[in-house]
Amino acid sequence: MAQPEGLLFSKEHEWLKVDGDVGTVGITDYAQSSLGDIVYVELPRVGHRIEQFGSIGVVESVKAVSDLFTPISGEVLEVNHALETDPALLNRDAFGEGWLYKVRLKDPNEKSGLMGPAAYDALIAEAAH
Amino acid sequence: MSAVTDVLRRTALYDQHVALGARLVPFGGFEMPVQYAGIIKEHDAVRQRAGLFDLSHMAQFVLTGEGVAEWADSLTTNAVGSMKPYQARYNLFCNERGGTHDDVLFYRLENRWLLVCNASNAAKMWKHLNDRNDRSDVRLASRHGQAALIAVQGPRAVEIVAPLCDISSSNAADLKYYYCADGFVDGVRALIARTGYTGEDGFELFIDGSDAAALWQKLLEAGSPFGIEPAGLGARDMLRLEAGMPLYGFELSEEISPPAGGQGWAVKMNKPSFVGKEALAAQLAADDYPRIAGFVLEGRVPARTGYPVLSGGERIGEVRSASIAPSCGNRNVGTVLVPKAATAVGTPLEIEIRGTRQAAQVASLPFYKRDR
Repeated sequence: MAQPEGLLFSKEHEWLKVDGDVGTVGITDYAQSSLGDIVYVELPRVGHRIEQFGSIGVVESVKAVSDLFTPISGEVLEVNHALETDPALLNRDAFGEGWLYKVRLKDPNEKSGLMGPAAYDALIAEAAH
Repeated sequence: MSAVTDVLRRTALYDQHVALGARLVPFGGFEMPVQYAGIIKEHDAVRQRAGLFDLSHMAQFVLTGEGVAEWADSLTTNAVGSMKPYQARYNLFCNERGGTHDDVLFYRLENRWLLVCNASNAAKMWKHLNDRNDRSDVRLASRHGQAALIAVQGPRAVEIVAPLCDISSSNAADLKYYYCADGFVDGVRALIARTGYTGEDGFELFIDGSDAAALWQKLLEAGSPFGIEPAGLGARDMLRLEAGMPLYGFELSEEISPPAGGQGWAVKMNKPSFVGKEALAAQLAADDYPRIAGFVLEGRVPARTGYPVLSGGERIGEVRSASIAPSCGNRNVGTVLVPKAATAVGTPLEIEIRGTRQAAQVASLPFYKRDR
């Protein structure tokens, strides 16, 4: 399963796309597939300051509640309100319409704690064994 | 003889599940498919068309001998002796305190009875039955693990299964609900039962494990024009909850009696005696036991088993089962175990979810009923 280029990935299966000092965060296609049908997403509030790798919300599938962790620190600028009425967007388009929130980056150097597409591919290949 | 070992077992359909890309989880001692394409998609297939289930993990015990009916009536809450040939009937075994030891189905056949128990209770029930069998006219045999069980459930199930059936006395399409027949399905010897656990019409096919893989493939092929899909235990749980059916370990347990679990209709207090009768009589007379009620959440945050239930700020019980209900506009529904006073339909409740209280109200069961 090839990962989209231009994204960074965390061990907790979140992705980050950086545009200037703004990052867009989501969960990976592997994560949505592992979770199964997603029925509820709880996101941080706009204006909230979040810390890299901290727990910032939950995503609930039919069968389980899972914590969401942020791959990057910063201030939450915007959340994807479409997920409130249609959480299955995460299943249909995890890397696109199913984005979770946007954040103004606190420290761009934190990106060094994340993986590129090839390293993330290797991580999930290992998880499959 | 032990019916269950500690090693995770595989049903005769394990290879089929793997080939279909199922996600396998341990359940009742077996590696079972929790989902194939997705729980909601499988749920919808069963409600709209048909689903194919492997239920071979369930315990199948064969009871023979002249004394079976009388003996079973002394151990269960519902009537066994009054069952007609080839009738199926829901029943419950209690402990001495009136709690539920298992909920089961009896099938009365020619010269034998089939007892189907929950997979999670297989070892416990095999011991329970043997410990209480001091009769020379009752013989017990476990077919658990050797026999297979395939269910086809959904509005198109009859069209898919009936043409494959060969029953000497009748047509499978004419089998009444909760009746069964000995016969053949696509040449495979089977007990063909019009039973199920989804709230839909359908069949449960009891066959030998060695015939299971071929019949599974045949049913997928024959069902393909009707839109059949393999369905896992995740969809099955969602379907049974919508249909208001109890699941052992949730609505029923060693602590939750049949009346408390909403199954009082299957307790025949006019039977002369059965295990747990005295305790149940006291419970019913006092009528003060906590009991199962349905609920609907107002918001979108899902509840989970064990979440606290509050009324007027006081904790009064807990959630036992919960799910999104695609058949009810995707509302969050479930069951709670609460005092009698809080079980009237419309009673406002609060469910505590990660520290916040979510508004809910008591709703009547079932949440879903098919058009007949």
